[in-house]
Amino acid sequence: MPPALWIPAGIALGLLVLPLLGLIIRAPWAQLPELLSRPTVLQALGLSVGTAGLTTVLSLLLGVPLAFVLASSVDWPAVPRRLMRALVTVPLVLPPVVGGVALLLLLGRRGLIGQPLDDWFGITIPFTTAAVVIAQTFVAMPFLVLSVEGALRASDRRFEIAAGTLGASRFTTFRRVTLPLIAPGIGAGALLCFTRALGEFGATITFAGSFPGVTQTLPIATYLELQRDPDAAIALSLVLIVVSIVVLVSLRDRWTAGLSS
Amino acid sequence: MKRALALVAILALAGCASTPEPTPAPAAPATSEDTLSGSITVFAAASLTDSFDQLKTEFVKAHPNVEIIFNFGGSSALAEQIVQGAPVDVFAAASPATMATVVDASLASDPTDFVSNTLELAVPTDNPAGVKTLTDLENPDLTVAFCAAEVPCGAATVKVLDATGLSITPDTYEQDVRAVLTKVQLGEVDAGLVYKTDVLAAGDTVLGIEFAEASEAVNLYPIATLTDSQNAEAADAFVAWVLSPEGQDLLQTWGFGAP
Amino acid sequence: MNRLVADVRVARGSFDLDVSFSLGERRTLAIVGPNGAGKSSLVGALAGFVEVGEGRILVGDRVISDTAAGIDLPMDKRRVGVVFQDHLLFPHLTVLQNVAFGPRSVGREDAVAHAAAWLDRLGIASLAAQHPRQLSGGQAQRVALARTLAAEPSVFVLDEPFASLDVEVRDEVRAEVALHLGSFTGHTILVSHDIDDVAALADEVLVIESGRVSQRGTLAEIQATPATAYIRRLLSGRGEN
Repeated sequence: MPPALWIPAGIALGLLVLPLLGLIIRAPWAQLPELLSRPTVLQALGLSVGTAGLTTVLSLLLGVPLAFVLASSVDWPAVPRRLMRALVTVPLVLPPVVGGVALLLLLGRRGLIGQPLDDWFGITIPFTTAAVVIAQTFVAMPFLVLSVEGALRASDRRFEIAAGTLGASRFTTFRRVTLPLIAPGIGAGALLCFTRALGEFGATITFAGSFPGVTQTLPIATYLELQRDPDAAIALSLVLIVVSIVVLVSLRDRWTAGLSS
Repeated sequence: MKRALALVAILALAGCASTPEPTPAPAAPATSEDTLSGSITVFAAASLTDSFDQLKTEFVKAHPNVEIIFNFGGSSALAEQIVQGAPVDVFAAASPATMATVVDASLASDPTDFVSNTLELAVPTDNPAGVKTLTDLENPDLTVAFCAAEVPCGAATVKVLDATGLSITPDTYEQDVRAVLTKVQLGEVDAGLVYKTDVLAAGDTVLGIEFAEASEAVNLYPIATLTDSQNAEAADAFVAWVLSPEGQDLLQTWGFGAP
Repeated sequence: MNRLVADVRVARGSFDLDVSFSLGERRTLAIVGPNGAGKSSLVGALAGFVEVGEGRILVGDRVISDTAAGIDLPMDKRRVGVVFQDHLLFPHLTVLQNVAFGPRSVGREDAVAHAAAWLDRLGIASLAAQHPRQLSGGQAQRVALARTLAAEPSVFVLDEPFASLDVEVRDEVRAEVALHLGSFTGHTILVSHDIDDVAALADEVLVIESGRVSQRGTLAEIQATPATAYIRRLLSGRGEN
């Protein structure tokens, strides 16, 4: 590797690390225990972790099958194939607030699906915790889908043939061969999904609103706190960072290895 | 289709374009030779969006070499950004408290109150929940949006609730008053508390319901030039225009009260 | 008599495969031919991962595939075991787990003990706890052998099983295969382009060129009267590597 690459690499590293350092240095360490034990903080933290967890589970249940469909789309003709890929990728490039508006138009009280839901069953989705999960899933699931699809594309399908010749049914092959082989990709995808859901702000506040304990997640609480008590906002930011680091560290190496594959 | 049109209208109201003016606009005082140039950045409370857009149009007619860049938002968020070092020339806040944040940081001095504003109840045009008074909002089955207490409109809401002794729990606390208005326009909530001026600006996309206790919480809006302004001349001229009789007339056509 | 009968036409793109043969039990048929002749497609058709356009495949009186009757048994029901050229051992499982995979798939309770016995038979019991990536080429191919045989197939297919191995290792592994074929009661198909493999292991030879059978017989018969230029070249390659 040419030594000159260290210069831009060093700048990149600085860009990523120095803001975190700044946060740690400016943190009000003395008041931290009091700030963090406030019920609103614990409430927001619990809500954030809970909804992000639910989002990850939902994304696994729905996203892994979608990844399989996407991976098999290589055999489709060009137009449906490209359309499929574009649709899955759209939430990634959409500004989150726009995503929130789109969700309102679909699932809001006057929405395409939301209105019948309200008229016939009396079910409204905005301003509920379910809305938070839906908003988070909208923005975070594509990460998981693309990660799993990448793992599927890279895996050797002949292992499945070998399993078949050994007497394994399609489901047994899926369970004992396909899934374990793409497990690192699933792990990496789930991790990306969780952390993206944890940090989600724009779609959540637009679609689900902001109410303590119900829809006011940690990022929203931090933003509000910044306008009133910047020290408290820094404390909340630290909490978010620590949670993210704990998640990263507690996963085994071979799962994060999937992030670089 | 109607909803999509409403959405487009909302986006337009959100500051992307200026809406038709309610009455013919008074002209800005013309100067014989115009020496002002450059650009100024104005941070202003969300509720000032439409009125300030119109003030800008008139100001630029008189001073064609000046460019005005607006940033509308919750006054408390804007104040925080100024304190963090955002390069701003003029700050127009929706409460003395949020202006005080900036003054205390020695970034502005001698703010002047230029308008006042009171709250009004806003409901979707078809009033699905049949709301008539503020007391109706106590019904837990209603979906209600308030401003978050941190922003001036939220502070006013708290004052009004204290004054009336009503206990109303909203379903969401929004970041700024325009976010509350949007939720009402989209029909996502049965009612929201916004400013009189927002109801006026929203035209026929919402229904306004006045209530007597609104006078318990009158928001005074101060305006000031920032001490670090790079174009103090143009900044002062803009503030002067806002405070001038013609500027005041314009603001009052948008529903603001005298300071 | 329990014969393996195959009469298939497989569409392949460049030319179709059109092959017909039968094989007695406890016999080994070597299928030879140049690259691209269609040997792997034939393996795929037998095992069930290549679609047969038209034809029948029977093992004894068990119909594995019959396009006219609409029968197409899935891979896992055919009991056609395959040893692949690059072993395809499951990388996330140990050697023992790999060998126990087949028996366990059909619900055998003593799958692990059964697998351990096969490792013993092939002299690789010491590798039981290792993972495929830790094995040498020869070791991996022996494990692949054990894995396929432990699943107790009725048709045993070896698809260029020694092609990736070094010369010295090739002779060793080939000798072991010869040993186990001696006690295998089903039908064996060996796909190869190496005449030494044929000489060591096969009872009969089927030569496929451009999707068609160009000659069928014992090695001696083919050596006596080679039918095509390719076969002559193949035979003259004997003894050379």
